[in-house]
Amino acid sequence: MGDVATAQARRDWEYVESWGMASGGAVRVLRPGTKEELQGALEEASREGVRLAPRGAGCSYGDASTQADGWVLDLSRMNRVLAFDPETGVLEAEAGLTVEGAWQHILPHGWWPYVVSGTMYPTIAGAAAMNIHGKNNYCVGTFGDHVLEFDMVLPSGEVRTANREKDADLFHAAIGGFGMLGVFSRIVMDTKRVHSGLMEVRGVSTHDLGEMMAVFEAEKGAADYLVGWIDCFPADDRSGRGLVHIGRNLGPGEDLHPEATLDPAAQSLSQNILGVIPKSEVWRALRLFNHDPGMRLVNAAKYQAGRLEGMKGPYLQSHAAFHFLLDFVPNWKWAYGRRDRRGLIQYQVFLPKETAHDTLIEILERCRSREHVSYLGVLKRHRPDPFWLTHGLDGWSLALDFKVDEGRRASLWEHCYDLTELVLAAGGKFYFAKDSVLRPEDATRFLPPDRLAAFSALKRELDPSGTFETDLSRRVFPA
Amino acid sequence: MRVPGSTPLRAVVVGASSGIGAALVKRLAADGAHVAALARREQELEGLQAATADSPGEVSVHVHDVCDTDAVGGLFEEVVRELGGLDLLVYAAGIMTPVGKDEYDTNKDLTMLDVNVGGCVAWCNPTANLFRTQRSGTIVGISSIAGARGRKGNPMYGTTKAAMDHYLEALRNRLGDCGAHVCTIKPGYVATPMTEGIDGMFWVISADTAAKRILRAAGCRVNERYVPMRWGLVALVLRCIPSFLFKRMNF
Repeated sequence: MGDVATAQARRDWEYVESWGMASGGAVRVLRPGTKEELQGALEEASREGVRLAPRGAGCSYGDASTQADGWVLDLSRMNRVLAFDPETGVLEAEAGLTVEGAWQHILPHGWWPYVVSGTMYPTIAGAAAMNIHGKNNYCVGTFGDHVLEFDMVLPSGEVRTANREKDADLFHAAIGGFGMLGVFSRIVMDTKRVHSGLMEVRGVSTHDLGEMMAVFEAEKGAADYLVGWIDCFPADDRSGRGLVHIGRNLGPGEDLHPEATLDPAAQSLSQNILGVIPKSEVWRALRLFNHDPGMRLVNAAKYQAGRLEGMKGPYLQSHAAFHFLLDFVPNWKWAYGRRDRRGLIQYQVFLPKETAHDTLIEILERCRSREHVSYLGVLKRHRPDPFWLTHGLDGWSLALDFKVDEGRRASLWEHCYDLTELVLAAGGKFYFAKDSVLRPEDATRFLPPDRLAAFSALKRELDPSGTFETDLSRRVFPA
Repeated sequence: MRVPGSTPLRAVVVGASSGIGAALVKRLAADGAHVAALARREQELEGLQAATADSPGEVSVHVHDVCDTDAVGGLFEEVVRELGGLDLLVYAAGIMTPVGKDEYDTNKDLTMLDVNVGGCVAWCNPTANLFRTQRSGTIVGISSIAGARGRKGNPMYGTTKAAMDHYLEALRNRLGDCGAHVCTIKPGYVATPMTEGIDGMFWVISADTAAKRILRAAGCRVNERYVPMRWGLVALVLRCIPSFLFKRMNF
């Protein structure tokens, strides 16, 4: 009886949606808690001839882990830390461990993950499968650059261990392979030594995009993190005005009480604003501004606040507060609408440094002229990496949050198709963790043909019956 | 509930073969909804399907015994897949087995508990999980004014309805933050097969009238609604009667 109960993965029937909420549907969700249950779920899916969409915490903005035709395989229950060496900073964990679980475990020992996302809730399996990047991509690379080894459960149930020497093809294909080859069950990663729970942060207000890019180039030699916020509303000579945040880790001895600041409790994000307003309700206030005039006002206010911040000089901030800005207001995405198929999509473009400035200016201009202005613009600097389907390049990315309004949905998609043409013509790339709008012909235009062919061959070898399939894979890589 | 003019409302009615459940299916179908009607009695379901054949909505029927809680998971998936999603669940299954003055029959009581409470929990739980994740949807539980006090007449029936009230209230509070809703309906006397032969009924309404008011209450996201509303006053008075008096009353 006990064996039967534990051999089968927990199952639910739920509404599973993209993080941006613009797509989703009711679907069976399998939640294995052990490797054996995971293998059992794969065996069951194979027996039933059902497609599986691997899912971690569901933090991909688009349809990377949603499933309109099959089941979802949710790995978030497999979230134990297996080992951590406080001397070397090497962390070994089950793949459903979240970024939050990882930093909370290692920070007291003076370590921090090399690469974290803007929210702490993704799983490390999701981070590896999508090969995520952070605000320091230009200097430390992507999440995959810091994975030392992984175990992957293949559709057959076989467990394969891969690293840079052993099974190197699988290693470089599965990281960034958006879950199409197998399911990570164990990930070993290195982490970064930190000497304080605080960081030094400085804001630099910039008048336009060119000035912002110049600040990045001037600071990237010394800064540990660089991120630019852009107000997408103003036109003409102020196009791309915004605020750069420059983050620097404190060196040894700069923090007189590191044991106190390294305590995870000192990192926790406050539950209230000004001590009284519960943050959990703030999204309701944001909803009042969630339209073009409102967001024009909010962005303008933020720009002015940024100018004041630029004047006040460096300040100290906890790692969590600096990195996880998306968690500052819980469920802020509900300001875009809570009903199904309302919400937002993020459209992030990656451009080589040679074409980036002019293309980004053109993108911002077209957004304004078509009245699909992004309510949030985020600029980052990037570098190439060795993973087969990577979005990494020596250049820049701009992430744009577009509101999905049922009445203007088709026009928004048309707008994105048009921007995609612009980006591809400029030698740009896209990123599957964010994407909702790529068409089949688009992916083959930015991914290297040899890498794509090798990836397809590996997929056929490891997953001959095509068990792993998601809404994204069907959309971008139809059979 | 869906805005009129948008995609059709998708509803599951459990306990649809007669009484309020059947009336709800007819009303929903007349309003253009897509309805999965579930009940134990196949013949009545076929009659219901025939009666709604000309409606603008669509009705599918499924034979199901709510006491078979193991079957709920699979059937829930099946009907939600068939409907293409779910906006409304109505749990209308319920039995009231007459209890003799000096009868203390455990099996009879536990059967009422299984149907009225066990089945309700078995259907509401997966629905609540779906509605939680989709941040929308309404669960309607047909309870009764009988849950207001522990009366002499049928101890277990009142107990099951009190349990439903408590469970549905907790579920409503649990789902409150995420946009889904739970509506507890407490009918008084409704002319249904369940109340046939009961002496001394008053303020009796038809099942169709009850269905109309139930759907209106659910559409307005009412938390608790007595049907008709004047039964709320009765419940208030009943609750105010002290126990030492209540136990001497033959109500």
